This record gives sequence, structure tokens and C-alpha cells, in this order.
Amino acid sequence: MSKSFSAIGAAAQDDEIDREAFTPGIEPQATWCPGCGDFGVLKALKGAMPEVGRTPDETLLVTGIGCSGKLSSYFESYGFHSIHGRSLPVARAAKLANPGLEVIAAGGDGDGYGIGGNHFMHTARENHDMTYIVFNNEIFGLTKGQTSPTSPKGHESKTQPHGSAKDPIRPLSMALSSGASYIARTAAVNPRQATEILTEAMEHDGFAHIDFLTQCPTWNKDAKQYVPYTDVQQSDDYDFDVHDRREAAEMMHETEDKLYEGEVLTGRFYVDEDRHSYGEEKRSTGEMPEQPLAERYFDDDYDWERSYDLLDAHK
Amino acid sequence: MTEHELIWRIAGGSGDGIDSTSQNFTKALMRTGLDVFTHRHYPSRIRGGHTYVEVRAADHAVKSRGDGYDFLLALGDSFARNPQASGEAYYGNEEVKPLSENLDELREGGVIVYDEGLLDTDEVENFDERVEENDWHVYPLDLRGLAREHGREIMRNTAGVAATAALIGMSTEIFEELMSDSMSGEMLDTNVEVLEEAYREVSEMDFSHDLEVPTGSHDEEQVLLNGSHAVAYGALDEGCRFISGYPMTPWTDVFTIMTQHLPAVGGISEQVEDEIAAASLAIGASHAGVKAMSGSSGGGFALMSEPLGLAEMTETPLVLVEAMRAGPSTGMPTKPEQADLEHILYTSQGDSNRVVFAPSTVREAYEQSREAFRVAYDYQIPTVIVIDQKLSGELASVPASHFDREPNADLGSVLTEDEIQEAAHHASGTFNRFQHDPENGVSPRTIPGQKDGRFLASGNEHTPQGHIEEDPDNRVAQVDRRSRKLEAIRDDLDGQDHSNQTYYGPEDAEHGIMVWGSQQGSVEEAVDRLNDQGHSVKALGVSDLMPYPKKEVTEFLESVDECLVVEMNVTAQFRGLTQKELGRFGETMSSLLKYNGNPFEPAEIVEGFEIQVNGGDEPPTAQTRIEPAAGD
Repeated sequence: MSKSFSAIGAAAQDDEIDREAFTPGIEPQATWCPGCGDFGVLKALKGAMPEVGRTPDETLLVTGIGCSGKLSSYFESYGFHSIHGRSLPVARAAKLANPGLEVIAAGGDGDGYGIGGNHFMHTARENHDMTYIVFNNEIFGLTKGQTSPTSPKGHESKTQPHGSAKDPIRPLSMALSSGASYIARTAAVNPRQATEILTEAMEHDGFAHIDFLTQCPTWNKDAKQYVPYTDVQQSDDYDFDVHDRREAAEMMHETEDKLYEGEVLTGRFYVDEDRHSYGEEKRSTGEMPEQPLAERYFDDDYDWERSYDLLDAHK
Repeated sequence: MTEHELIWRIAGGSGDGIDSTSQNFTKALMRTGLDVFTHRHYPSRIRGGHTYVEVRAADHAVKSRGDGYDFLLALGDSFARNPQASGEAYYGNEEVKPLSENLDELREGGVIVYDEGLLDTDEVENFDERVEENDWHVYPLDLRGLAREHGREIMRNTAGVAATAALIGMSTEIFEELMSDSMSGEMLDTNVEVLEEAYREVSEMDFSHDLEVPTGSHDEEQVLLNGSHAVAYGALDEGCRFISGYPMTPWTDVFTIMTQHLPAVGGISEQVEDEIAAASLAIGASHAGVKAMSGSSGGGFALMSEPLGLAEMTETPLVLVEAMRAGPSTGMPTKPEQADLEHILYTSQGDSNRVVFAPSTVREAYEQSREAFRVAYDYQIPTVIVIDQKLSGELASVPASHFDREPNADLGSVLTEDEIQEAAHHASGTFNRFQHDPENGVSPRTIPGQKDGRFLASGNEHTPQGHIEEDPDNRVAQVDRRSRKLEAIRDDLDGQDHSNQTYYGPEDAEHGIMVWGSQQGSVEEAVDRLNDQGHSVKALGVSDLMPYPKKEVTEFLESVDECLVVEMNVTAQFRGLTQKELGRFGETMSSLLKYNGNPFEPAEIVEGFEIQVNGGDEPPTAQTRIEPAAGD
């Protein structure tokens, strides 16, 4: 292991990692509103890290813009607060550059399903080994309450005064059809399930998508719609094989239909443990080095190839 | 036409192998000891349409395509006829274009070889009269028939090359060598047979021309490569091991060359969903400790405007290539222009900084690609390498020793774990990634995974630890520090042994020509001709566009009476930049502009210069434009 990444992996067996390690020493004053669901995501994430056995030094959290984007300010790790919708391309390259990192990307429903929708589709398709948390509160929060891609049809806002004529995005189905290998929905109002799911997602070898229902008490008073919820794994009414694509798709349709009718199903909807992550695929075809590429720059003995040795073809 | 140089043009349809055939021919000329330079002209379509490649070879250094040419090999467009319509032309008269479209620039006494299997001179207007007027020597050959007879129809290119060789006095040996480098088995055997048979047949003919291949010799081994190769090789030698991109002409060349080599040297190449993603991936890889690049052409670079600003604000080293083509919007995908300059300099919101290098030759493309990485990683700032469709695709012979340099994989201003412990930290123990006080503006950085180097990189204005902050004092300190980098980079570039600006011509010349990017070679040839004609002219080729080399340009402009600024756009963008940066010289500079999709030829610059000196605002040709100096 290179001297510059001595932290990576070393702490995996360390019992000392606790949730407090992920609280910044200089805690910036949280700008989230009282009662905001985002606090629940932060709490669950901090709770999951010790379970996964990762230290702050070996974790990279990449966020987008908006209330959700501020997660990286309140979570102690290496962080990259990028731009609206672009957390995924930044995160997935960091993972390719250094597969030893625990890479988490996070953003809101506008960020993830709107402006960053194309990146979502392609990152899922490539099945990068990372965790993607989408804070879904069905509203644009930080820009003060506009309709978002997950707002229900008919939702009235200053930008849709006649009520939205659009059907909402179906994020779980979208993730499935795009190729994500772990898909779950959880809610800020259910911290225990959220922590469990986040832990599983990080341990999953592939792209784990979590549609994380968060209430927005300021701009979306209908936040109460997230209660009551049903944990599909805990309920006998929803017996299905989480590894079966078709059954998973059916369950996703069910929850995506019911979400706007006041009943919320949460839990794991699809898990594919057989599919190789993108990094593994690339390594297996020789398209990517076995050793983390980032380490090489700290290896004083590495012999860097020169273009001069490629010139035969040009003579 | 002189005994010292030969300009050969091969013309046909896209997809007919014009490009590969001309490359081999160019290499053959280089191997005989000549300096070579190519110019590609092609339409934005996959098959068919008029395309040509011009190869200039001389016993002395060649810097441009020259003016006109000596030898036309007209192969015909095999895709122009609709196979369903029994010989009826499907795309109008495109099959005659390889012959008709090229005659205007063929020099007096020139040679025409055309494939009589596909082309008919009866279809070309006034052909016989023009031949007589210009003393052209015409050799109709059934190249297609010959190729069919001895191999396959597609090998008519080989037959054409053999005919050329026989007509200008080259042996077939060198072509056979090149063929056996790139093919084998039956493919090689039949090609060699076509080559030898065509050579034999043509050798037996009576020649009326006196055109011959010049003889030359190189002091040292040469290699044949274009600006895209040079940018890619510069990147590889600086330890770039990550590239992400989306295909777009002409940037695709750099992207595919890197992709071809990266896995073999343990690097990563990613073709991604769009250009926003491409630049964002390069930022992610760079943040994680790998030297990374991305790039595009005009429209794709427009999408990178947002990540470009992100790299600047988060101080993530990032190298982007902008291979310009004619715009706006989709413009002319396969034609060169230098009209993206202002877009590259000023794109992205806020008082954002980036460093811009515009190499002018294959040699400079290699050097400045390396420089772009060094500056990006030393100063944690985005750098842009600007090339255009001309420089990206034109092949030139360069001494191999030019590339015999030591690699540099230094990540620049990155701390080791030991240094992190010693570095500035906040009272809470958090690493001060963006500390306010360093002299050259560069706060040392850490890489995710390093012990105790944690920080937040944010596109929002931030504290030294990276947290979002709108405090006015912090804002001013951070903006001032980031801005200081450009001054430090200017000092750094001025302090290097080698200037990125190129001086050409007698130091005490009265008149100046300024140029940037790929047009420099044509300007240098024009300067030589003008001085031969009794003028007193020198040139300055400017490669550093941001930070601008104020001192060097000021000295140059002060040393001349007047200066012609040559560039391929209609709004005189480089001249405008010079006036903005220096705040004077409005009455010294006039412009010669061209934006028809073709680069400048030396003769146009000679004529433009004469108009400037003698007064007047009539352009030298209908395809160029003169923009007089202020007050003229």
C-alpha cells in the first residue's frame, strides 16, 4: 500500500470507528429548515458508516446543488460539492481513479432526476460501484418551492400556476430499466430502515440507487403523505423475489402508483449480486489497471512510459 | 514548381481510402529524405463527395501547404453512382469532381493522372482548352481496370500511387516496404502485384512533362505525425492517464489516439454521455489524484463551460483541448476556423480564470500540451490547449529527437502524508485546503484517501476548509488569491528558458505580422517571400493567450511601423484581445481575415501585406477581408 493512501483499508477491522467521526470539528451552522427530512439522511448516513467499516479519510462524498447538496458540509469526509446535477460524473471518475475509496453521491430530485437525469441513466447503466442517494421531497426547495420532476400531476406552484400537466418521474423503474444493480426506497421518517439500507447499499458491489423520501416542511406541506409507510420486506402482503427483475418491476410500479395516493412502500426493490461492477468489467478486459491508478503517482519507483517509445508507427 | 519541392494532390470520394493512401505516400516521401507537410480537405459525410489531400515535399523545411500544386491524381468518387440506377449519377455530377474541382489551383506545367475507368474529361468544362493554356500534361489511365485485373477494385489507389512514382522517378521499393509494415498475406501480395504492374505499364509510356521528385536527406530520423498526435503524446509524457470525452470532429482525433494508448500504459479512457459529463469526469479523476484531461470542439466545449468554472472554483487541475472548427452552432464540422477564441477565453460565469495555450505547429503542440499539464497541476487551475481542424489533422515530418524527453508525472502542488501533518490546519484540526495567504495563490492540496487531509471542494465560495461561506472578508481574500495565480503563471512563463511566442524574420524589420495558432507556417513563408521581394518584415506568433504575454507583444509592436494581424475569423478576435490587453496600438494594427473554411495560403498573406503597406481596403481575394487600423 502506498504511503499516501495508508488510511485506505487499514481501518476496516478497526472497532473504533464511530458515528461521531463523521461530524465536522467545526460544525457549520446547518441551513436546513427545522423539521427538514435532510437531517434524517445525515443521521442515517453517519449511522451506516461504522457498520460499513469506513473512516472519514477513505470516504468521498460528492454532492450536487440545493439543500441536499449541503450534505457534504455537515458530513466529515473528503467531500466534493459539485454543481447542479453533476455529482455522478465527478463521483464515478473518482471511483475509477481510486477504487479503494468509498464513493457516495447525493443530490435532490431536481438535481438527480431533472438536470442530472442523463448522468443517472448512464451511471446506472455502467453499474459503477458506488452509492447514490437522491433526496426526494417532490419539490424544489432552495429555489423556493417550484414544481420538481417528482411533484404529483396537478401540483400548483409559481412556475406551474395551472397545476403541473406532467406525470411525475418514476425513479425506481427508471433505475431498473437503466441497469442499477441495487435499488431501494427509504424515508427520513424511518431512520432504522434508512441506516440498514444505506449500509447494504455501500456494501453492494455495483451501482446502488436509493430514492430517499424526505419531507419539506417549508415548501411542501404535503410531507405528511410519507406516513404511513410499509416496509415491503416486513409485510406478508408484499411477498416477492427481490432478485427477480420482473417481480421487482411490478413492485416498483405498485409503490410508484401508491406514493401519490398516500400509501408508501419502502425497502429493497431490486438486488442483483451477480452483475459485475463497471470497474471489474474494465479490469477484466484490460481496459483499466488492477492497482488503483491514483497510487501510482506516489510511487517514486514507477517507471513512466514515454511517447518516444510509441514512435515506431510514425517512422 | 521548382526542382526543390513537389506538391501532390490525391482527389476522390470520402471512403475511397484517400486518407490512408496519402499517408503512406507522405511517409514514403519522408523516408526518401524530404520534409513533408499535408493538408486535408474533406466534406462532412462518410462516403462520397469531393475530398482531397495535398502532400508537399521539399528538400528544405516546409511550413504550410504552399500555393497551388504540381501533380493531380484524380481517382474518381466510387460512391457517386447509384448502384440501383444502372450508371445514372445519383448525386449529380460528383463523380467528375475529383477532376473538375481541383483544376483551379493546378500550377502551369503540372501533371494530371486520372482514372479513365471512372472519370471522363468530356464532362469537364473547357478541359482541353485549359490543358493547352496551362501546359498541363495529362495521363488517362484505367486504374480501376488495372486494379480489377490484378487484385481488387479498391486497390486502384495503389495503382495510382504506382503511376505517380513512375511519372516522378521514385522506385516502388519504398512503397512495398510500407505495405508490408501494414498488411500481410494475400492482401499484401495482390497490392504488391497491382503496384508493380501499374508501375511497369506507366514506365513504358512516353512522358511529356519534366516534373521529378526532389532529392533530400535528413540529418536525423524523422517521424510523421499531426497536431492531435502531438497533443496526445505531450499529455502521455506528462503522466496523463485519464481521458474522458464525447466524439466530435475534430477533437475526436486526440480522444481516439489517447484511447488507443492508455490501457497499454495502465491508464483509463471513458467515452461518456455528453460533454458536461466528460469534463466532470476529468475533474473527478483529477480530484482523486490522477492526471486527467478532456476536450471537445466548439459546441461540445460550450457544454463544458459549467465544469470549467467548477474546476476553477474548486481549484482542481484540469486540462481541456478545444479543437476549433467553423461555427457558430454546428457550423462546418470538417473545416478550420479560429473563431472560438473569445468563447474559450471568457466562457463560464463570474471572474473566472483559465490558462490558454494555442500552439501553432506539431512541435509546439507537443511542447504546449506538456506545458498545459505542468501549469494546471502546479497552479490548480484549468488550462485549455487550443488547436483547430487544420493543425489537428495535418501531418508533418518532425525529428524524432523532439520527443525524446523525460516524463513528468509530478502531481504538482500535492502534499505527502508527512507534509499534511506539518501543513496549516484550523484550530479544530481540519486541514486548511484553501488557505488565504500563499504568495503565488496556490494552497497545497491533498488527495482523498490521504490521512488527515480531509477537505470539502466546493463550487460555492468557501472558507479555507472548503465550507460554503459568504462572509465579505473571506470572499475578497479567496478571489484575490485565485486571481494572483494568473500573475504568478505569467511570471513563471516569462521566466522559462523558452518562450511560447515565436519570432520570425529580421529583428530590425520595419513591418510586423502577428498571428496565432495554425496559420503561423503560412505567415513565415509569406515573410520570407516579402523579404526576398525587398520588403522589411518580421512576424510574431503568439501562443499564450491567457495570461497574455503583454511584455513580449508590446516590444514587438513598438518595434514596427505597422502590423498586419492574420487570423481565420471575421471579427478579428485576436487583434481585439491584443488591444484589450495592451490598451493601445489601435492605429498600428490592421487585420487580414479569412473565414471561408480554408486556411490561408502564403500568397494571400503576401498580397494582404502589400495592400496594407500601399494602402487600401480591397481584400486580396474575394474570400478574404481586410479590417483597416483604427483611424485609417
